[in-house]
Amino acid sequence: MTVAITTRLAALVASLVAASVLVFVIVNLLPGDVATVMLGTNATPENVAILRHQLGLDQPLWLRYVQWLWGMLRGDLGVSVLSHTEIGPLLVQKLLVSGPLALLAAVIALVVSVPVGVVAGVRYRRLSGAIISALSLGGIAIPAFWAGLLLATIFAVKLRLFPAGGFIDWSEDPVAAARSLVLPAVALGLVQAAVLTRFIRSAIIEVQHEDFIRTARAKGLTRWQALRRHGFRNAAIPVVTVLGIQITSLLVGAIVIENVFVLPGLGRLLFQSVGNRDLIVVEDLVMVLTTVVLVVNFLVDLSYRLLDPRIRSRR
Amino acid sequence: MRRLPLPLIAGAAVVGLVVLVALLSLVWTPHDPDHVVIPDRFQGPSSAYLLGTDQFGRDELSRIMAGARNTLLVGIVTIVIAIAVGVPVGALSALYRGPLEEVFMRASDVLLAFPAILLALLFAAVFRPSTVTAMAAIGIAFVPVFARVVRGAGLQVMEMDYVTAARTFGSRGWWILLQHLLPNVANVLIVQATIAFAVAILAEAALSYLGIGTPPPTASWGRMLSDSQDYLYQAPLLALWPGLAIALSVLGFNLLGDGLRDLLDPKLVVRLPAQA
Amino acid sequence: MADALGVEDLRVRVGEIEAVRGVSFALEAGSRTGLIGESGSGKTLTALALMGLLPDGLSATGRVLYKGRDLLSLADDDFCELRGDRLAMVFQEPMTALNPLMRIGDQVAEPLMLHRQMGRQQALATATRNLQRVHIPDPEEKMRAYPHELSGGQRQRAMIAMAMACSPDILIADEPTTALDVTVQAQILHLLDDLVIEQGATLLLITHDLPVVASTCDQVLVMYGGKIVETGTVDQVFDRSRHPYTRALLDAIPPLDEELPDRHLRAIPGSVPGLGQFPPGCPFRNRCPNVDEICVEMPPLARIGDHLAACWHPVGGEP
Repeated sequence: MTVAITTRLAALVASLVAASVLVFVIVNLLPGDVATVMLGTNATPENVAILRHQLGLDQPLWLRYVQWLWGMLRGDLGVSVLSHTEIGPLLVQKLLVSGPLALLAAVIALVVSVPVGVVAGVRYRRLSGAIISALSLGGIAIPAFWAGLLLATIFAVKLRLFPAGGFIDWSEDPVAAARSLVLPAVALGLVQAAVLTRFIRSAIIEVQHEDFIRTARAKGLTRWQALRRHGFRNAAIPVVTVLGIQITSLLVGAIVIENVFVLPGLGRLLFQSVGNRDLIVVEDLVMVLTTVVLVVNFLVDLSYRLLDPRIRSRR
Repeated sequence: MRRLPLPLIAGAAVVGLVVLVALLSLVWTPHDPDHVVIPDRFQGPSSAYLLGTDQFGRDELSRIMAGARNTLLVGIVTIVIAIAVGVPVGALSALYRGPLEEVFMRASDVLLAFPAILLALLFAAVFRPSTVTAMAAIGIAFVPVFARVVRGAGLQVMEMDYVTAARTFGSRGWWILLQHLLPNVANVLIVQATIAFAVAILAEAALSYLGIGTPPPTASWGRMLSDSQDYLYQAPLLALWPGLAIALSVLGFNLLGDGLRDLLDPKLVVRLPAQA
Repeated sequence: MADALGVEDLRVRVGEIEAVRGVSFALEAGSRTGLIGESGSGKTLTALALMGLLPDGLSATGRVLYKGRDLLSLADDDFCELRGDRLAMVFQEPMTALNPLMRIGDQVAEPLMLHRQMGRQQALATATRNLQRVHIPDPEEKMRAYPHELSGGQRQRAMIAMAMACSPDILIADEPTTALDVTVQAQILHLLDDLVIEQGATLLLITHDLPVVASTCDQVLVMYGGKIVETGTVDQVFDRSRHPYTRALLDAIPPLDEELPDRHLRAIPGSVPGLGQFPPGCPFRNRCPNVDEICVEMPPLARIGDHLAACWHPVGGEP
């Protein structure tokens, strides 16, 4: 088992390195360069050269890559060229908005999808199951940001129950801050719930046809007992395998939703930096997000191995 | 003749409708989608403007119809890119195995860590955001999915006895590829492509909404949504139609994909993040 | 002797089609009955119907009498009390029939906790003894193992231990040895035999393998096309078979004790029709050497010679 973990850990590290190379190469692919872009109309050759030297852009590519990587590992993410603030603390600050948002959305998604998905799976031959299935099919077709927009229209504009956008800092007014997160989290969470419901439903349907469920019933367990004691854990396995993908999806959804509701989180920062061509921020932020994705997938893979004893004993 | 699954029929109908509307919009729309008529702005649905008008007085219905073109174009191009790169990668991995396979699969694992939107944001920062960068980003983000699918199906084919027989007779790699591998992979590919199309639509909509997809004045459902956001008080309905169009199209492709899967029964379809 | 189980006109429908078409038989208490049939004959569905475990979408009519009660009319909760306790079943594929994520011990102990209200510790201890009785080596260790860590034979033994845990009156074994190596098959059959006799249970052994029935059972039912075509004691059916199908099955077995060129190995012409594709009347009509026009009408299961067969032109002449 430890062999498997170490191998996967090594693979994770390799993937992280490869991803960092990819990000770095893409960002520095610009035909003109950062300095020219930043100076814009002030870009005389002398100014460009000075800025380039300041930013260390006159050094060889591989050296800059190593410096960047080393900096990230040390926690020094550099300075935003536009706002002149340190990027590290900036990210942490934004995280205080994005983190709770993503978490709340995830909780909503799970709380809705698990019971609904199970019911849909158990009653798949009945009308209630079919209705849930149809609803979830519709749900996954809805863009999360549209859901957010609709929710904002109804609950913010018309009913004035929640803010349609903006965010007051936690330290100033925690209640208002929480309220700002409700609509976006619900929009994101419900759409994710639709996706998860489908997965859970199909996993439950599959497991009901397994031979060992029939054996359990042959022992005298009712359908429901058999499902509870034998089915759920087995059904969890295919669901866990897709959790990694879904978390990625949640992340991306959060990025977009932050822009719908103008929440000062990582997503909005990324979007603004892209617009302002603040490439250092973009570089760092994309790398951070990609790291999160890779690490999460690694953890999901690990937990999947823990769930299934058949995999534990194999390599 | 087995009864066709209901999702297939429903999905095909919706997809057919979208395609029809897109094609129709090339020759006719109720009004010119780009024609600005300021005095007519923010009108609700009426006999002249079936879905009302937008902030520039342009006919909403015509713009929705024109938007279908954009949606389908992006979908097709991204899928073509993903298949053009992904299929050879997957097929060669299955055929030759060994270090080639390792390299390909590791690379696609890394690429999988980049959701389409993240990649698109990256591209938009580096190059000018446009339909091209959006399509490239989404297409590239889908490459690992198709590579995996083709590799999976390819591995199964290679295990088949008749392929082993062919190899003992000295059949060369590319011959096996064309004769045996690709035809058997077609089923999975079709289903995967249909499902990926749905995700591509959502991704493009999100990118256009963010402003890094299709630039104005081309009608794009995503951007129509972002425009509508500025006018939620004056014309809340404008936030409804483009979203409905997106949702309907995605639903159609999902149904079609599910239906095709039921019909063709491939078990190897790779799961995509449902909202890339 | 009293009947442990009585089956009257059992019919199992799959949608529009009848897969089991009016099966009636009785299991004498303490007997070992073999139900012979090829795939498609309806034998497994018959077994599942007796246990009330038909898959979703299938329905059964008729009567299944156990201790004066019709099992088919029981509410599921009542049937659950009987299943695993008085009626038990062993399935064909022990690998898939056991929960891969649960330890063997917990699975074997489960019927005891369910039907005998045993606490976990007591149930596990009893289960360990049960594993010993089915000759699983190192039972304490195996209790903590997962199904994939056992060999095929050991898994099947565990299944048998699980089924026999509450000393059921009736044990149904559906092809219990088909998925196992030949060397293990004999051991498992012996085990079944011993346990059943020891506990005084009634065995219904379902198989397509005639020698298995010959060695393990005393009664035989032969099924084809969803119907019983011949029934009697093993001696009666095997030595003096009357139905052309039974005869053909016996003829198709390569002899081990005869001189080789003495007899042709006769294959039965044609193949078993798919579900719902059996011809009206006698299901064996299209493959039978004795067929004629009267066979369009289904022959009744009637006494021919010293046992029962359903044929207008039985082997060995008209009754």
